Amino acid sequence: MTFNRRMFLGTSAVMAASLAAPMVRAQGKPRVIVIGGGAGGATAARYIAKDSKGEVDVTLIEPTRTYYTCFFSNLYLGGVKDIDDLGHSYGGLAAGGVNVVHDWAVGVDRGAKTVTLASGGSLPYDKLILSPGIDFVAGAVEGWDLTSQNAMPHAYKGGSQTELLKAQLKAMPEGGTFAMVAPPNPYRCPPGPYERVSMVAHFLKANNPTAKIIVADPKPKFSKMALFQEGWNNHYAGMIDWIGEEFGGGAVSVDPAAMTVTIDGEETKVDVCNVIPAMKAGHIAEIAGVTDGNWAPVNAADMSSKADPDIHVLGDASQQGDMPKSGFSANSQAKVCANAVRGALTGSKVFPAKFSNTCWSLIDTNDGVKVGATYEATDEKIAKVDGFISQTGETADVRKATYEESEGWYSGITADMFGASV
Amino acid sequence: MRVLQYLMPLALVGLMALPVQAETGDAELGEKVFQQCKGCHQVGASAKNRIGPHLNGLFGRKAAGLDDFKYSKSFQRAGAGAGAGGLEWHADTLDVFLENPRAMTSGTRMSYRGLKDPQERAHLIVYLRQFSDNPANIPEADPTAQAVDHDLDPAILALVGDPEYGEYLSGECTTCHQAAGGDDGIPSITLWPEDQFVVAMHAYKNKQRNHPVMQMIAGRLGDEEIAALAAYFKDLEN
Repeated sequence: MTFNRRMFLGTSAVMAASLAAPMVRAQGKPRVIVIGGGAGGATAARYIAKDSKGEVDVTLIEPTRTYYTCFFSNLYLGGVKDIDDLGHSYGGLAAGGVNVVHDWAVGVDRGAKTVTLASGGSLPYDKLILSPGIDFVAGAVEGWDLTSQNAMPHAYKGGSQTELLKAQLKAMPEGGTFAMVAPPNPYRCPPGPYERVSMVAHFLKANNPTAKIIVADPKPKFSKMALFQEGWNNHYAGMIDWIGEEFGGGAVSVDPAAMTVTIDGEETKVDVCNVIPAMKAGHIAEIAGVTDGNWAPVNAADMSSKADPDIHVLGDASQQGDMPKSGFSANSQAKVCANAVRGALTGSKVFPAKFSNTCWSLIDTNDGVKVGATYEATDEKIAKVDGFISQTGETADVRKATYEESEGWYSGITADMFGASV
Repeated sequence: MRVLQYLMPLALVGLMALPVQAETGDAELGEKVFQQCKGCHQVGASAKNRIGPHLNGLFGRKAAGLDDFKYSKSFQRAGAGAGAGGLEWHADTLDVFLENPRAMTSGTRMSYRGLKDPQERAHLIVYLRQFSDNPANIPEADPTAQAVDHDLDPAILALVGDPEYGEYLSGECTTCHQAAGGDDGIPSITLWPEDQFVVAMHAYKNKQRNHPVMQMIAGRLGDEEIAALAAYFKDLEN
């Protein structure tokens, strides 16, 4: 669909206002722009709009019209969920008073306090919240770049890439090989690659039981490792070959044209290759000049950028301390940020920061595990307070209850991000 | 009738060791207390499930442990434990439950407000214990028994919560518990009566109620914060 100005004006009250009176506050209301409509951005936009009761103009800039969650996308690969279960519209946010602008933010002028859109417009802000998720570090996996992502999908952003990987998985020849190149720390969703391995194995066990899975991993250990390895032994014995750092899992190159993976000098022909490269903050954070290295450092108390007090960075893109990069973390950080931003703009009461995270993973049907922790803001960083993890050898009842709880969480967090569906 | 006795173990409250008063039960007196329960529960030779499950073999049984009784979701979750050991019936857990059933299982259909007198509870527990198959193999109390001060300080219950603070804190709840209600996999906490909310959260905080996520979340909430959350959720309109 082409995006013309007429349609744009029709869908965005804020843009109309800014064209009429650029850089002037509409009705004197403070303006917040949120870039990125995922777990961090959608939550922040919704909470500021909801809690300020119209006192703050909130604009969310998000290119996609349907958001496909990255969390639970492995369950779609495994055949446990449908792709439609993962898609969410922004209608609930719009109904909740957020101006939803479907466009790319391509520039940030911190002096003028404006955001430039790909369609050519420019929007003023008093506070800017960046929640752009991740992009990939160029050259991280030898032989792979974004032009190879159709031959060797990353499937580490929800939506079309996830569907592509599923299609390739279904088309694998009998007894074929599925390879994964796992990412180095830090990256989005620490247990994600290993839940994916589990769900791919779950699919193959039912549809292609002689197929094999190879994982090349630059790390010596990974999140919930004992739980995953126990599960792989119990459910998928002999199917999964995990090659960690010790055995050259970090010395990897790929050839997308030939569909080969070379691990520690040994070349293997594969049928599907899921390359999950090293990650960095979504590009707009770099454009805004708030990154230091791959990530954007923030103050723990309110998620404000260490480079600019009027910019906040949420979720995967932020460098905050001890919290894992997860949807749950981003949602948790968004509420702390929303409270602080609303307080700064309207004088409402600002309460002390409080963070938490829980990550559920599915190993096989009704075999769920979880890890979680609470966090507090210190001067230095977001610091872990307390935590727990599922135990190996738990009963089937416990694992089933954990999985059912994760489904409840999915309903909960998506309602919290996007509001009631309309 | 043979009189069994049991002793409550010493419990740790925080770092402070408090000896919990030992209650000695008398089965004959317990049978009298059981009159209050008979409308719904049977126990003994010909006992069957009625409004409530029969209570034969109760000791050592996990919560929601009878296949032929339709338990509330609350009890099914408590029995499965969702990552913890799951609730099992022993002298100590029965004592906490009988004092205030909804502190342990908010959604139980057992419409009984609780037995406040620890001595009466002790009698009742000793009486019920005779109807478990193998009493000799049942420990006097779990080694990890949580016989702590489940008698929630009235001052805590009397705290008036600040709903504005509760609204902010609720963000930590609504990642999982849907603000609009909804009960698929995770129970609703919206419109929960304030006193029940406070009692349940303190039961998690004191680790009387099993669930690792809730023990972690409640564990660092102060009394004022729990009161604030209860004040917010009790009136939450959607």
